[in-house]
Amino acid sequence: MQILNLKETVAFMKYRKVGMIFSILFMLAAIASLTVNKLNFGLDFTGGIKVEVGFEQAADLTKMRAVLDQNGFDDAVVQLFGTSRDVVIRMAERPGVKAEMLGNEILDVLQQGMGVKVDMRRIEFVGASVGDELAEQGGLAMLTALICILVYVAFRFEWRFALGSVFALFHDVLLTLGLFSFLQLEFDLTVLAAILAVIGYSLNDTIVVSDRIRENFRKVREGGPEEVINISLTQTLSRTFITSITTLLVLAALFFKGGALIHGFATALLFGVFVGTYSSIYVASSVALALGVSKEDLIPEVIEKEGADQEEMMP
Amino acid sequence: MLNKYPLWKTLMVVFIVAIGALYASPNLYGEDPAVQVSGLRGVEVDVTTLDQIKSQLSESNIEYTNIALEKGQVLARFRDTESQLKARDLLHANFGNDYSVALNLTPATPEWLSGIGGTPMKLGLDLSGGVSFLMEVNMNEAINKAKTGMVGDFRTDLRGEKIRYRSVKDSGDAITIIFRNVDDLANGESLLKKRYRDLLFVEDEDRLTLSVTMTEVKLKEIREYALQQNITIIRNRVNELGVAEPLVQRQGKKHIVIELPGVQDTAKAKEILNATATIEFRMVDSDGDLSSALNGRVPASSQLLYERGGNPVLLKKRIMLTGDHIIDASSGFDEYSRPQVNITLDSPGGSKFSNATKDNIGKPMATVFIEYKGTDRKDAEGNMIFEKVEEVISVATIQARLGKSFRITGAGSQQEAHNLALLLRAGALIAPIQIVEERTVGPSLGKENIELGFQAIMGGFVLVFIFMMIYYRAFGVVANLALGANLVLIIGVMSLIPGATLTLPGMAGIVLTVGMAVDANVLIFERIREEIRAGKSIQQSIHQGYDAAFSTILDANITTLIAAIILFAVGTGPIKGFAVTLSIGIVTSMFTAIVGTRSVVNLIWGGKRLEKLSI
Repeated sequence: MQILNLKETVAFMKYRKVGMIFSILFMLAAIASLTVNKLNFGLDFTGGIKVEVGFEQAADLTKMRAVLDQNGFDDAVVQLFGTSRDVVIRMAERPGVKAEMLGNEILDVLQQGMGVKVDMRRIEFVGASVGDELAEQGGLAMLTALICILVYVAFRFEWRFALGSVFALFHDVLLTLGLFSFLQLEFDLTVLAAILAVIGYSLNDTIVVSDRIRENFRKVREGGPEEVINISLTQTLSRTFITSITTLLVLAALFFKGGALIHGFATALLFGVFVGTYSSIYVASSVALALGVSKEDLIPEVIEKEGADQEEMMP
Repeated sequence: MLNKYPLWKTLMVVFIVAIGALYASPNLYGEDPAVQVSGLRGVEVDVTTLDQIKSQLSESNIEYTNIALEKGQVLARFRDTESQLKARDLLHANFGNDYSVALNLTPATPEWLSGIGGTPMKLGLDLSGGVSFLMEVNMNEAINKAKTGMVGDFRTDLRGEKIRYRSVKDSGDAITIIFRNVDDLANGESLLKKRYRDLLFVEDEDRLTLSVTMTEVKLKEIREYALQQNITIIRNRVNELGVAEPLVQRQGKKHIVIELPGVQDTAKAKEILNATATIEFRMVDSDGDLSSALNGRVPASSQLLYERGGNPVLLKKRIMLTGDHIIDASSGFDEYSRPQVNITLDSPGGSKFSNATKDNIGKPMATVFIEYKGTDRKDAEGNMIFEKVEEVISVATIQARLGKSFRITGAGSQQEAHNLALLLRAGALIAPIQIVEERTVGPSLGKENIELGFQAIMGGFVLVFIFMMIYYRAFGVVANLALGANLVLIIGVMSLIPGATLTLPGMAGIVLTVGMAVDANVLIFERIREEIRAGKSIQQSIHQGYDAAFSTILDANITTLIAAIILFAVGTGPIKGFAVTLSIGIVTSMFTAIVGTRSVVNLIWGGKRLEKLSI
């Protein structure tokens, strides 16, 4: 069976301006949303208390809020979580009150106020100072990953491809963050892990395409860089689609079956894979092309290349 | 001939997958409810204890499937939780005083498997339920303590060389020594400089002062030491809890992570972890005037403290011995049936103590119990301010020169003596610690997470399976074989690596690997199709497909692996769990997708004259 049976080379690069405009517009929208809406940081980053409780019947949130309000927890945010019987309660840190007492106190208050059995599922207490350190570490992890990848790709391929792929990664991460900000989905450590996985996936995709471009620059005799990139993208398009489909299939399984805890993770990856696939076709190659990648850059004879470069530099 | 693997290569693939399956298999056996009995207060668990437990269980007609002495603990396994609970109650009633009796779940791995190192995967807290704490070490206190020690050392050094000084005191930023004249200053400086190479000395001849500060290196060393020391102590304390597979690990510069899987009694866990107690031995200042001290005129070299009952005691500031030197402590009764604590010191502590007591026979010595309690106040950097609570627990006359082991009395009740012994045995904390983060995951939630994660893995697996079979037909089946082998290998490797823990994000990592692992095969198969379309022979196409796709797969996977390894190195918690499965998945999928499928493809299609290929 075959989904794509392309006989002709698709002129991908002809539309690269349109692609670029789309990407830039979306990136600007993401930046705008990130500045206006910010990210809805989870407990891991902000610090505070999170209590997850389970009821035997569907939970009465209005009553719960009233009960909590009466007992001095007026800042508590009460939300359903996964099912109608699971509720998550979130609130700011209480200075000077021990965490374990708060968790138990909330349970007691609920048990008495609601008159039904309340089941403790999870209590988390995270200090804000820890949150800062984690955020710093997370950011550092992302930056280190990006730099190492940049170095590896520059070493194995060429600096224009390296810049192209890192730009594509940046593009994917920014758009995914933008989505989380726009929809105000909770951004926790699991989501951060997902974003790092998006980097991995998008990179995988980009490398496959760049690899083919490199190969074709050496093999295809006629045609300029644009033509070579078009040929390469057409040749790898089928693979790009199939891999995206299989990955999206399992992510869909994760999204629908994996439970509420993994929802954010699955959402980030679903979107990330989608954007990553697009960016490996349009963003990475367009950037490399815009930076002036040419046949000479990828022909293995090093001495010849250096000579050619010098001639170009001479007035 | 094209597309023929030598036999050894095929056998190697079979062998590796078989080994993977072997080490993955312990995960199939599940867990037995068990009761774990371990010694407290230096009590050893031995064969006699084992026999006692055995006979008690049989007397009460509690059936066990297996009972054994492992790693200094008795572990009794049961068929169901009902007999497990019964056994726990029975053993707790009979052994509870000298042993800790804890519920436990033990892997039901058959002996021959565990004999060759087969264990099931470790489950993270989100899957097993339990508590995790993040503790912060108060580094300011650690540095202050080091400074106090230095002040004492400087005095001793200067006195030892008969260099006269006006004062040595900690003036906040530095330790300031004031001398009487320029000569003393010069002599003092050269002496101290020689002895303390990791300190910075700044002299001021006009004011006859020498300011001493610690170098960055020295400060770092103190912090490291405080962290390491605290980790060791917390490990000891956690062991007292009798938890199966606890985790105590440093995180960052001043944090320690503690994970106690399966623990639901968080209050008790915290009580033991939080206790930051140490002990000091100091001479009573018998010459000082107690009544004028009570009116606020305390001699400079002394300090006013109180006994538990409220009696004031005037003590010398100089510490004879700190709790750091205690290597063992146990509780018992003295000849008048009063609770006492027996203490054993290490050899430097023993000789120090012996010297200190030699000159003081007949004089009263006090045992001071020191506890750091967290307060609501915070300092400028947002760190919690700790309050030092000092209490005299006993005043006793030194009867003879004390050596390595001695006893102290004065702890109120037997229970108190027991707790004190426990704390002393667990060691003295160099710096107080404080819980800054706490997470509890209920056991039912853990079970639910495993179930959901498992469903997601299977669901994703089946979807990809069907898709590949339809899309690539016979070759799709080969890719699916590789996918299955890959899953088995991931589980096998995860079970084999001691540090790898399966978490919920880790499960997501496996799911993701399943999705991405087919990528290598998709690359190869698409390439084969391309070559066939280009008019090459079937055998040539297969060969070319594998060959040409190889470098692409390598590049793509190495870059992803770089990302995964960095995640593992800098990440914490969920990120780490995800990184582990992702990196393992990348390596195993490269093996199964490239070498694995190739050996199957070669076996079926290799070296034959083919007109058509089912791809």
